[in-house]
Amino acid sequence: MSDSIIQIEHLTKTFGTGPNAVHALEDISLDIRQGEIFGIIGLSGAGKSTLVRCMNLLERPTSGSITVGGQRLAWMEPDGDSEKLVTVSEKELRLARRDITMIFQSFNLLMQRTCLKNVCFPMELAGISGAQARKRAGELLELVGLGDKANAYPSQLSGGQKQRVAIARALATDPKVLLCDEATSALDPTTTASILSLLKDLNEKLGVTVVVITHQMSVIEEICSRVAILDGGVMAEQGNVQDIFSNPSTDAARRLVYPGGVRVEQVPASSRAVRISFNGGTVYQPLIASLAIDCGVKVNILGADTRNINGHAFGTMLLSLPEDPNDAAKALSYIRAQPNVTAEEVEYHG
Amino acid sequence: MGELFTVEFWDYFGPLLLTGTRDTLVMTVVSTVFAYVLGLPLGVLLILTGEHGICPHRTLNRCVGWVINVGRSLPFIILMVCVMPFTKLLVGTKIGVLGAIPPLVISAAPFIARMVETSLSEVDAGVVEAAQSMGASTFQLVWKVYLPEALPSLILGGSISIITILAYTAIAGAIGAGGLGDLAIRYGYQRREPAKMWVATILLIVLVQVVQTVFSRVSNRIDKRLK
Repeated sequence: MSDSIIQIEHLTKTFGTGPNAVHALEDISLDIRQGEIFGIIGLSGAGKSTLVRCMNLLERPTSGSITVGGQRLAWMEPDGDSEKLVTVSEKELRLARRDITMIFQSFNLLMQRTCLKNVCFPMELAGISGAQARKRAGELLELVGLGDKANAYPSQLSGGQKQRVAIARALATDPKVLLCDEATSALDPTTTASILSLLKDLNEKLGVTVVVITHQMSVIEEICSRVAILDGGVMAEQGNVQDIFSNPSTDAARRLVYPGGVRVEQVPASSRAVRISFNGGTVYQPLIASLAIDCGVKVNILGADTRNINGHAFGTMLLSLPEDPNDAAKALSYIRAQPNVTAEEVEYHG
Repeated sequence: MGELFTVEFWDYFGPLLLTGTRDTLVMTVVSTVFAYVLGLPLGVLLILTGEHGICPHRTLNRCVGWVINVGRSLPFIILMVCVMPFTKLLVGTKIGVLGAIPPLVISAAPFIARMVETSLSEVDAGVVEAAQSMGASTFQLVWKVYLPEALPSLILGGSISIITILAYTAIAGAIGAGGLGDLAIRYGYQRREPAKMWVATILLIVLVQVVQTVFSRVSNRIDKRLK
């Protein structure tokens, strides 16, 4: 088991006071391990952006403790009868932030600077000499596949390219952790896939720990090893992505895994089901019909949320498998043999 | 208006126009520079201490805002008279080009502070947050994010400030500051010589056009959001 890099204990964040107070986060504890890709998922307003902003103290928590890379950023100290939150000094925080960088949904590039100058920016802040910074910025742009765009301005780039520049910029100070706040939410599915594979690549090559904030289950599925589910400012569930997928034990988790709102109570408790993900195969591939024709197995569609994007099918579908174990196995292997489709058996808790 | 085409007219009025143009330019340029020295930091202060600024400070923000509003609500001609003792103390005279500069600066600085505030508020809050997340200090945020990102807008604001100050120099002319506005008032109003008034006025119009065109072009050229 690898070392922990981010530890959050009993974190709370309350906006406002008195009757108007909004409890954005309540008693959140998390342990993110070095070198992993950790997902934090929740619906809008669940508090995930607040949580990620607490990790680099862009948002000052109300109470709790945050440790990143062995350095305490915020903690509680006794104050008379109660406790109060203490944070590191401004100066220490600015240094610490070079190790915990961030990318955003809206990219947030400096619009009046070229791509190269954008990547140089954090090094400028850190006082690294111009020539050295430009050299490293050039290498980083190569790394994210935009070596030819060094002198282009952000307004000349597509969304995906802008996010690549933002990633290169976030890597400039050699961070231990890369926080991604809805980094793919403004991108189309194809671009999302390419950004996610870039993040995965960088995670493997550089060993940087990646924390992904998203409201899309597909993002978690694609790159995360572990996931935490936030619901209304409370930690609903956390664990391995596979476990939570196959066995969501809370309502919040079920809502995310089956966004189409599968009415589970209609499914007999004993029935077996399979969740299919369409990962961009052609839409002219009548999976269910050919399953019936080729295998003679009839399956029931319990729920589906699929989309046709430029002729490619994306989304998930939930099928109930036949009672007969042989038929079920046949159907499962048939589905698994299809290109661009992944299937996993899931259990029900009606 | 036939006199416009006589040699005597230009022999007499030509040198006056030249001096007037020079005085107007000196008053405008010097006052703009000093007004920015005061107004720019005030505008930055307003943004930083504002409700959504990077170091919100309600009391300070309100105090600065109040002072600026007072400065802006005084009509220039009254302000000029009010600050005369201060002007005398500062530059040694209440009249002439020199005497016009302190009231011009005092009057334009609050205006410029608001212009700067507006320009800086256009900078995307997300970009500021991104810079903060990279460990930028407050000074770095101002110097490397707010000012460069808002530069095209600041330059457009600059043209508005200069033209406003140019208009004020004409009013300053009423109390003997010199310049083109002074010529227009003296010859047009006091001596009833409309031809001279019109010539001086047309020169003022040309100056305004030149300033606006140059600044708009520069702003457009440097703005990388448009390409």
